[in-house]
Amino acid sequence: MEWEVVIGLEIHAQLATKSKIFSGSSTEYGADANTQANIYDLGLPGVLPVFNEEALRMAVKFGLAIDAEIGMKSVFDRKNYFYPDSPKGYQITQLHEPIVGMGHIDIDLGEGKSRRINVTRAHLEEDAGKSVHEGFDGQSGIDLNRCGTPLIEIVSEPELRSSKEASAYFRKMQSIVTYLGICDGDLSQGSMRCDCNVSLRPKGQEEFGTRTEIKNVNSFKNVERAIEVEIERQMDILEDGGSIKQETRLFDADKNETRSMRSKEVENDYRYFPDPDLLPVIIDEEYVEAVRSTLPELPEQKKARFEAEHGLSAYNASVLAANREMADYFEVAAEIAGDYKMAANWVMGDLSAALNKNEISISEIPVSAEQLGAILKNVKGSDISNDGAKEVFSAIWQGKGAGLENPVDQLIDQLGLKQVSDTSAIEEVVAQVLADNPKLVEGYLNTPEDKRAKAIGPFIGATRKAAKGVNPQVVMEVLKQKLSELG
Amino acid sequence: MHNKTLAQISQDLQAGEYSSVEVTKHFLDRIKNLDGQYNSFITVTDELALTQAKAADELRAAGNANEWTGVPMAHKDIFCTDGVRTSCASKMLDKFIAPYDSTVADNFNKVGAVSLGKTNMDEFAMGSSSESSFYGAVKNPWSEEHVPGGSSGGSAAAVAARLAPGITATDTGGSIRQPASFCGVTGIKPTYGRVSRFGMISYASSLDQGGPIARTAEDAAMMLNVMAGFDKKDSTSIERDVPDYRADLNKSVKGMTIGLPKEYFSSDLDPVMAQTIQDAIKEYEKMGATLKEISLPNTNLCVPAYYVIAPSECSANLSRMDGVRFGHRCEDPKDIEDLFKRSRSEGFGDEVQRRIMLGSYALSAGFYDAYYKKAQQVRRLIKNDFVAAFNDVDVIMSPVAPSPAFKFGEKSKDPVSMYLEDIYTLSTNLAGLPGMSIPAGMINDLPVGLQLIGNYFDESRLLNCAHQFQNATDWHTKTPTGLK
Amino acid sequence: MSLDTNQVLAIADLSRLQIDEKSITEFQTNLSNVLDLVDQLQAVDTTGIEPMAHPMDAVQRLRADVVTEVNQREKFQKIAPSTDNGHYLVPKVVE
Repeated sequence: MEWEVVIGLEIHAQLATKSKIFSGSSTEYGADANTQANIYDLGLPGVLPVFNEEALRMAVKFGLAIDAEIGMKSVFDRKNYFYPDSPKGYQITQLHEPIVGMGHIDIDLGEGKSRRINVTRAHLEEDAGKSVHEGFDGQSGIDLNRCGTPLIEIVSEPELRSSKEASAYFRKMQSIVTYLGICDGDLSQGSMRCDCNVSLRPKGQEEFGTRTEIKNVNSFKNVERAIEVEIERQMDILEDGGSIKQETRLFDADKNETRSMRSKEVENDYRYFPDPDLLPVIIDEEYVEAVRSTLPELPEQKKARFEAEHGLSAYNASVLAANREMADYFEVAAEIAGDYKMAANWVMGDLSAALNKNEISISEIPVSAEQLGAILKNVKGSDISNDGAKEVFSAIWQGKGAGLENPVDQLIDQLGLKQVSDTSAIEEVVAQVLADNPKLVEGYLNTPEDKRAKAIGPFIGATRKAAKGVNPQVVMEVLKQKLSELG
Repeated sequence: MHNKTLAQISQDLQAGEYSSVEVTKHFLDRIKNLDGQYNSFITVTDELALTQAKAADELRAAGNANEWTGVPMAHKDIFCTDGVRTSCASKMLDKFIAPYDSTVADNFNKVGAVSLGKTNMDEFAMGSSSESSFYGAVKNPWSEEHVPGGSSGGSAAAVAARLAPGITATDTGGSIRQPASFCGVTGIKPTYGRVSRFGMISYASSLDQGGPIARTAEDAAMMLNVMAGFDKKDSTSIERDVPDYRADLNKSVKGMTIGLPKEYFSSDLDPVMAQTIQDAIKEYEKMGATLKEISLPNTNLCVPAYYVIAPSECSANLSRMDGVRFGHRCEDPKDIEDLFKRSRSEGFGDEVQRRIMLGSYALSAGFYDAYYKKAQQVRRLIKNDFVAAFNDVDVIMSPVAPSPAFKFGEKSKDPVSMYLEDIYTLSTNLAGLPGMSIPAGMINDLPVGLQLIGNYFDESRLLNCAHQFQNATDWHTKTPTGLK
Repeated sequence: MSLDTNQVLAIADLSRLQIDEKSITEFQTNLSNVLDLVDQLQAVDTTGIEPMAHPMDAVQRLRADVVTEVNQREKFQKIAPSTDNGHYLVPKVVE
């Protein structure tokens, strides 16, 4: 049978507030265990939550960025469950009246292709703590520093149809939240986590099949892998005439398999009800418009502008626009260079390769956008060759520009990369070369017209030998001119 | 000295009649000598109290005193007090030394009051008799066989026994007013949101409200001046100016309209109680107030609505008591579930477990609409009844409870009969209105309170009515027979 | 409405309470009686009535995004049943 894959994602993104969603504890990552867990986060008797205005603003900003309905009234609910990393015995979340309603994003499917995916909702909630299982003599240690870090849970419609689309959706969400500055997008630190709902149905059937939920997948690659193995697992069962059990599963990246999380199965009655310690959050149009006015240019808009204003290809535009820092870097460099296409090729080519090789991100790059711009401006002006540009770039990367007042120009000089493009100077050298090599000239003149292009090579080599740093294009033109004058 | 009211002690301290250390020692001695009989205190903080008293005397000597400097009082053991055990009368929190101050405790510290200790109560404020305390039942100073009411039974009994002139309390369904009535003292539950709930251990968040128990309306006003106010640490606290609650005490009640809900004076009401309350209300007529029968048609739904909402909220509020970060933990838990279950079952008494289970059930999948949502809708109907009534009247008066104090064990075996005790007091919590109880008569040698219910934020009027009544009568000055 | 033993045990489980054999009946009776009492609500027509979560119908206030709390781990862990190296200890929880 032919199966259709149905995937919906729930993405948790930690909001980049300074303090927690309902308390004044710091949200900084990596502090000593429980040093950022205060009376509120520990859920001590008598403490009460007070809502962080920045978390609200960020959530609304997100809603506007995905063109969603904004909840003018949103309500916090208690989701009741017992777990040692959930100190109050309930999580404060939003069930029926979330801050962000139906919206949508366009995901990039490569080669400039894209597809619109609807986002059901996004709601505010508090993060839980962490359990540490090693180093406590057979017990678990509970660290509640993360408790109360604000999250938005972004729920997609079940419209994704492949693991590739799922990871493209996840990537796009990361791109959006980092553009907005509401989340650092760091998957390795758990700033963004993803739950994948996966089901299969016979092609053409409207009704959804039974789904499973794969919890807490922590990288783009693993989203693809987890979904692929889960699709395979479900297909095997269905092909054998079996049925899928609705359950929560965990992806084991080492074994490349998903497995059932039995412990979560008993927890299915969350007894949601409106949190009586909190009141409805009411916002008005004025508030929403004020937030809207702070929206930056978003990846989609940036991509369109790169195509229209700078003449980039759809593919280049979408790659560069995907990361806000990369896009900003590109624009600064391109502006200085005066050539957007060349800058795009450089950023996507040599620069990206260097970042990958050194395993660093664009924010840590040792060559500034201004410096790259200056280098490329020299290429554009034919003052250095493209190879020369690579040499300067690499020299600055290695720190050789340190202490120099004007590292790009000074390094070009130091490394002798300056090309001579002055025609009269080159004419002199060429005249000398021709005078010094009568046999070569004779040979050239005896070559039939259609094969002369090839025969010009030795003159170029000789000219460049005689005068280092001459612009090869200018040399070529001068040579052609002089030789044609000879016959 | 102990027969003086809080206002009198405040004046004496200001006049230099005696020092704060002297008056503090006097009350501490009384507690030490007499409380074995009443069990009204869980924790007596004598050292801390004397330190505070000394500091107060020094402040006064330096000329920096206010009317509260050095005045002794105490807290219901539901208010967190930094460095002092805050047990909520539960085994669960027997070893819980609160690491922070509730806003109410902080307010009293800031004005320089002296805290004598923490008073006994029903476990987690769930009860109407103060029998469910882990530290044993509180005795009514008027009769050893009778309960002091609850849940603030310790606060009411201690004030009645002159162990402290004024004590903080809380009221979720009548927990200030009913014990005040049973013990012949004065108590006021303010409008919801008037007194900060920060650091006041939650029973039912949307119903809980702190207030004072004292001997007179004037003392209650003086305490409320310290307790009331906006608190940014409590999202449900109301941002609204606090008047001086003593300012209107001496206003005349002439021309005031008093509403008498016919549902509260139905044929179900014990005739002796009805007569006692009617007699008290006649005093107001004498003072020039007019009476008007009103109707609160949804009165019979208060008990059922309350016993869905309060248990639902408490079932979640008490989930944090899990034996992980504080509180009771069972011995040798075999796994995490065992740790949760045994710690909680060992830590909580029967009534608390009952209410948690009731709440879990009402909120569980499939029942939410039938119970919780329905109760919240009925709650609005109940509020609407009062809103309509207050278009016609200035204050509503009624009994506080169907009877004077009942005997130990009389109702504790049957939760429903205990719940019906609260029939006249629950509605004000559901609606969020202020309510008050003042001593207004005696039945079988036991005190009986008159309930005054006011419009939102009309505490000043309630205190004014109460004060005028206390000027005209002497019920509030009666002392339990045999009290030393 | 009366609850059977299994329902009582299921609610106890949901509430993380361990009820011993001999109290089951008592809990069963008491809870059933209370449910009978609250079942009076079912007779009320509440069509179109907005549920009231709060007496005042007030609106949530917002807190400025400022870190106000300092580390007090030692003070807080003094009252904890079991801690090690800054962590709260519990029997092993494994996924």
